[in-house]
Amino acid sequence: MDLNYTPEERAFRDEVRAFLAEKLPKDVASKEKNDKRLTKDDHLRWMGALSERGWLGVNWPVEYGGPGWDPVQRHIFDEECTAAGGPRILSFGVFMVAHVIMKFGNQAQKDHYLPRILDLTDWWCQGYSEPGAGSDLASLKTSAVRDGDHYVVNGQKTWTTLGQHANKIFCLVRTDPKAPKPQQGISFLLIDMDTPGITVRPIILLDGEHEVNEVFFDNVRVPLENRVGEENEGWTYAKYLLTHERTNIAGVGLSKEAMRHLKVISGDQVKGGRPLIEDPVFRAKMARVEIDLMALEMTQMRVLAAAQEGAAPGAESSILKIRGTQIRQAITDLSRRALGPHALPFQSDALDEGFNGETLGPDYANPVAANYFNIRKQSIYGGSNEIQKNIIAKMNLGL
Amino acid sequence: MDFSLTEEQRLLKESVDRLIADKYTFDERMKIAGSADGYSEQMWTTFAELGLLAVPFPEELGGLGGGGVDLMIVMEAFGRGLVVEPYLATVVLGGGLVEALGSEEQKAEILEAVIGGARKLAFAHGEPDSRFELAQVRTTATKSGDGWVLDGRKSVVLNGAQADDLIVSARVSGDLTDEDGIALFLVPKDTEGLTLRGSPSIDGGQAAEVELTGVRLGAGAELGAPGQAYPAIEQVTARGIAALCAEAVGAIEATNDITLDYLKTRKQFGKPIGSFQALQHRMVDMRVALEEARSMSVLAAAKLRADRAERERSVSAAKSLIGRAARHVAEESIQMHGGIAMTWEYSVGHYCKRLVMIDHQLGDVDHHEERFVRFVDGT
Ligand SMILES: Cc1cc2nc3c(=O)[nH]c(=O)nc-3n(C[C@H](O)[C@H](O)[C@H](O)COP(=O)(O)OP(=O)(O)OC[C@H]3O[C@@H](n4cnc5c(N)ncnc54)[C@H](O)[C@@H]3O)c2cc1C
Repeated sequence: MDLNYTPEERAFRDEVRAFLAEKLPKDVASKEKNDKRLTKDDHLRWMGALSERGWLGVNWPVEYGGPGWDPVQRHIFDEECTAAGGPRILSFGVFMVAHVIMKFGNQAQKDHYLPRILDLTDWWCQGYSEPGAGSDLASLKTSAVRDGDHYVVNGQKTWTTLGQHANKIFCLVRTDPKAPKPQQGISFLLIDMDTPGITVRPIILLDGEHEVNEVFFDNVRVPLENRVGEENEGWTYAKYLLTHERTNIAGVGLSKEAMRHLKVISGDQVKGGRPLIEDPVFRAKMARVEIDLMALEMTQMRVLAAAQEGAAPGAESSILKIRGTQIRQAITDLSRRALGPHALPFQSDALDEGFNGETLGPDYANPVAANYFNIRKQSIYGGSNEIQKNIIAKMNLGL
Repeated sequence: MDFSLTEEQRLLKESVDRLIADKYTFDERMKIAGSADGYSEQMWTTFAELGLLAVPFPEELGGLGGGGVDLMIVMEAFGRGLVVEPYLATVVLGGGLVEALGSEEQKAEILEAVIGGARKLAFAHGEPDSRFELAQVRTTATKSGDGWVLDGRKSVVLNGAQADDLIVSARVSGDLTDEDGIALFLVPKDTEGLTLRGSPSIDGGQAAEVELTGVRLGAGAELGAPGQAYPAIEQVTARGIAALCAEAVGAIEATNDITLDYLKTRKQFGKPIGSFQALQHRMVDMRVALEEARSMSVLAAAKLRADRAERERSVSAAKSLIGRAARHVAEESIQMHGGIAMTWEYSVGHYCKRLVMIDHQLGDVDHHEERFVRFVDGT
């Protein structure tokens, strides 16, 4: 065992750093570090810089235009990007639908869609959840009925993250309502958002953010060739996505960055005439979360190393998801608490660039409480922590 | 021991509960909180007409002579309704300070206007670096002829922008954190040298930052003997803490009710999600948290007239326990709802924001745990 980076890995890290120093747009990094709102263009400029360098398809094989990195390199890349203020790479295209297409798509689909993901022609969103189908995703009702060489899609998807920016949506739809089990009879469709019959409506979150949407389908005609894989086999593909080793599921880099920010806040806030960071009670709370984060990082490294040796990803990704979200939430909780009374004032429009008013309290205070509330979502989406525990109980423990 | 309410308290409870249930619906609350003023003047008038603004004041000053329990009844209902009107700022804190320290004329004039709904107050006490330390005051008051000159900065002044007058604390002598040497002044908001910036707060409330630059006050602006205000500040803050505790209990109760109802109606995997034991036990824990919070709220309310050490120990114990309970209920209720609780349209997220933010007012869990130890040790 050797827990240090090899000379090659250190050289790789320097290469990533040099790239970020030159190509990560400074204004985007500054927004990201100060919890400001990112625009569509901000995401595109950052991912565009990665794309130009050939680094956007982080975990793609070389044959499809990926950099061919091993898990340790990906970890280094993630850590350096977040430390520099690079926003999270939007996962729906690069980390989700791309892998389904690579594994189950036909050649024409691979040739058409994959390059468009890498050059940012397409912005994908994910149409899985429905009002009645959240944790019990297999109970989804949106229907697709064949009509000649098209499917006619009717129904509703919800919680569609950043669907307002998307030109494509990948959907799970029911193609066989009579199948004996709900998991059967589902198909995986790729749909153009500008097809007639699609309506997108915003859902505003509790902190005032427009992050998610409802997407309605009213007799939407989708060519049969937009189906990935076999008809009625969509559940297999959806599950592949859920268990497929997902880069970044633990969010170690982002949590480290959040931890650094917490130290800035607690170093500046004052309690009893001294920096809060020197207060033994508060410092002990910070230490505990930081230790948990170290354990998470080591666990992630062990999982990555095992994956590199060819081990099949199992319940480990559930462990990383549970702990990763809990730790991130614990950090946002401490940041909020560090502010004391200054956590209260909140002006949502101050998160936009070009805001020329003034917020109350220290500069860093405004978004902190809102961020704490927003991050509650992490233990709900992508398979709630309860569902992750059910998976571990069943798959690992045989309960 | 007797935990029952008097006849008058029962009537008060009935009337305020009915008001909130009928008039302060969630939709109405969202409209009010989102309005330019951040509260409803019409609602304030209704509060005045029902006598709610008179509850804690002595009868000889036109009040109802209510104690901690009466205040608790009102604030619990306000917690259930997520009321954003400046009751804590005006009636509990501002009015409380006037009652405790004002001259006969000040009390008569100001409290009459407060009780009638014509005048609103805010307590401008906290400063950028004071966190929750009640005795830490950097703002200065310097004698000038008959009057005073105030200089300093106050932050996160609850409902500062909604008030007609601010009650400003300033130091006339002593070191930064001395209990001795703190004075209170009545400062009309339009006084020259006073600038105020208001902001909404994350929980639907309002806060302000106040700068005092050479603010000249005439004789008679003092509230009580200059330099001797600390005991009243502490005592009135204790009342404010008890009020916040009761508000939290009301909000916890509402959040629990909504969550329980959701667990019984939301179906996944063909059954109500409340049939999953992983959620059942957690709903039980939320219920336990409510009972404990209520017990401590009652304790705080009942001890407001106890001697200093017992009063302060009790309110600090209550505020710290309720801070934990409120956060627990907030986080669990969001989680057990799933995505729906993350939305602006659904009420639970707004209850949770208020529940968590109560811990940022008048001292958080850590502050009150430390303070509790000090008062238990008698140091
Ligand atoms: C901000 C945000 C962004 C999202 N983005 C997307 C997106 O882009 N695309 C998309 O398709 N979806 C998205 N989602 C949806 C997300 O995946 C769902 O919210 C999630 O699957 C939970 O479903 P639900 O909200 O309907 O909660 P429910 O499934 O109704 O669950 C409610 C509660 O019951 C618990 N529960 C359910 N079943 C069990 C069980 N068997 N045992 C124990 N507990 C159980 C849950 O854990 C939860 O606590 C997003 C959600 C949010 C909040």
